[in-house]
Amino acid sequence: MSRIKEKFNQLKSKKETALISYIMTGYPSEKATLSAVRGLIQGGADIIELGFPFSDPIADGPTIQMASTESLNNGTKIDNFFSIVKKIRKESNIPLVLMTYTNILYNQTYLKFISRAKQAGIDGLILPDMSIEESNEYVKAAKKIGMDTIFLVSPNTEKDRLEQIIKSTSGFLYMVAVFGTTGVQTKIHKYTLDALKNTKIAAKGKIPVGVGFGVSTEKDVQKYVSSGADAVIVGSANIKIIENTPANKIQTRIAIFTKKLKNKTR
Amino acid sequence: MKIGIPKNGRFGEFGGKYIPETLAPAIEELEKNYLKIRNDKNFKKELGRLLIDYAGRPTPIYFARNLTKTIGGAKIYLKREDLLHGGAHKINNTLGQALLAKRMGKKRIIAETGAGQHGVATAMACASLGLKAEIYMGYVDTLRQKQNVFRMELLGAKVHAVKSGSMTLKDAINEAMRDWITNVDSTYYLLGSAVGPHPYPLMVRDFQKVIGIEIKKQMKKIPSVVIACVGGGSNAIGTFYPLIDTNAKIIGIEAGGKGVKTKLHSAPLTAGKKGVLHGMMTYLMQDEDGQISETHSISAGLDYPGVGPEHAYLKDKNRVEYKAVTDDEAINAFLILTRTEGIIPALESAHAIAHAIKISKKMKKTESIVVTLSGRGDKDIDIVKEYLAKNVKNKRKV
Ligand SMILES: Cc1ncc(COP(=O)(O)O)c(C=O)c1O
Repeated sequence: MSRIKEKFNQLKSKKETALISYIMTGYPSEKATLSAVRGLIQGGADIIELGFPFSDPIADGPTIQMASTESLNNGTKIDNFFSIVKKIRKESNIPLVLMTYTNILYNQTYLKFISRAKQAGIDGLILPDMSIEESNEYVKAAKKIGMDTIFLVSPNTEKDRLEQIIKSTSGFLYMVAVFGTTGVQTKIHKYTLDALKNTKIAAKGKIPVGVGFGVSTEKDVQKYVSSGADAVIVGSANIKIIENTPANKIQTRIAIFTKKLKNKTR
Repeated sequence: MKIGIPKNGRFGEFGGKYIPETLAPAIEELEKNYLKIRNDKNFKKELGRLLIDYAGRPTPIYFARNLTKTIGGAKIYLKREDLLHGGAHKINNTLGQALLAKRMGKKRIIAETGAGQHGVATAMACASLGLKAEIYMGYVDTLRQKQNVFRMELLGAKVHAVKSGSMTLKDAINEAMRDWITNVDSTYYLLGSAVGPHPYPLMVRDFQKVIGIEIKKQMKKIPSVVIACVGGGSNAIGTFYPLIDTNAKIIGIEAGGKGVKTKLHSAPLTAGKKGVLHGMMTYLMQDEDGQISETHSISAGLDYPGVGPEHAYLKDKNRVEYKAVTDDEAINAFLILTRTEGIIPALESAHAIAHAIKISKKMKKTESIVVTLSGRGDKDIDIVKEYLAKNVKNKRKV
């Protein structure tokens, strides 16, 4: 069983919702990434989503764009990324998900990239520009290697398509909360809660549904938990904390913030 | 060789639709509406009228007698897209898509622009059809094409200067896509070249193929060689497509910048690698990790790391030959055409002219070359002036 599946099973028996926390690798430095990861684990995050920067992140808002650009300017390479993952794996067995864009995989071929990721200790992949129509080869390679393929759905995804996407999804299904890019949002829309309900129905309890994009406060987490989400995904809010915190305090501040959010999932 | 509508949105292995899920319904709606309208008599009639009365079609084909004489060799003909309203081929596409957007009930139009030509052509089409236009343009490009920024604003469009990434055309496309993701219901994304997710490359080719159709009609004989410059590839595919199944030799010219052996160029077909960007699988300029490279060209309109998927396909099928022309060669051709014919070409088009000059010498007098002059060069005179001030040696050549 994959680490992700096992984690969801454990949480289910405890009647807890998963907290999935995102950070950008190499922002603002490799060392800061490791500190942040330690903070996330300390604070009780259930799954860590590591961003690998791409030069053209079309699904990301200003915060993650800035972190991507800075990480690339710092010289973050895919080899650095895999070595960071290996370091994390020495310290923890927490499920690790990689979020990046299709070209990063395509460049090495899906099969080669995914086997390297698996070897380093990655459990699942999120590619916001990988549409279901183009995903055959990618899903086949991931299946072969035993990597979870986490697809995204949107509030405007229609039922037939939703079912088709669920068929190719493993680990969890990522429901985008808003019409828009990643970033801090101010309110929870009714259309999001309706979409969550419909997505849960389509998932038939076979695959957990996580909600992300614009989830940033304890109140947001509470609202999605009470609306039936199996996971909440927090990203830009972590990046904002890292942006405004001196390097030696990143671990503590991230741990405190994560703990507050995690408390709302129990 | 018959291409037609790409199966599953792909030209051979190239193209597709690599898009965020939020855009999937919008792309589907676009595809459905476009395929319906593609054969609609009323749509064709309305667009045809606009192309004639508003844009100034058909454009002439001009025998460049002086240039031919100066170079010596094959007869060089120019397809005068520079004479269109707005000064470039871009209006062929913007009128088509703006009309489609209107039929689809969309009132807000967004577009990206590099040199500003597509932005201007979008602003014109929108002004004439009563639509609201917002244009994304890389900050660096707003500085080197100031006049076009003001033109767009005069035409009633709102211009957003994009300050992310390399602040050029590719980043303007990124930002336009983010806007579309955010305002997917109300907004029509009017892409300016034969790039992006299916059905854009098909749609843009369809709206631009009027260039090649007219060339075929206007030339008494099928030309020996046809040449066009390739940025994203819209004027080129419009020129080439109707001539694919003739025996004309077809050549696409990419921007070689400071040379394809340096990193400072925009020639993905000549020196790139397959990859996925802006919704399509195609040849891209990228590093060993798959990060998209910053490109360079003296012409903002060719300064793009990717290329339309149909060109990638035509390259792999060996139907079209793709070559690169450097900044220096393009400037030289710009000066030669200006002096010999009294025609100031866009720097983009000057790349195609440069290659015609290069090969015509070796061809017979009975042979002919048609070059698509995709735009006029008024927008570029400051850049040329600055270049000449820096490169005295080029001045002497003329
Ligand atoms: C005059 C002119 N020619 C060519 C191009 C390149 O675009 P494409 O390759 O789509 O024709 C541009 C783009 O701005 C242009 O303005």
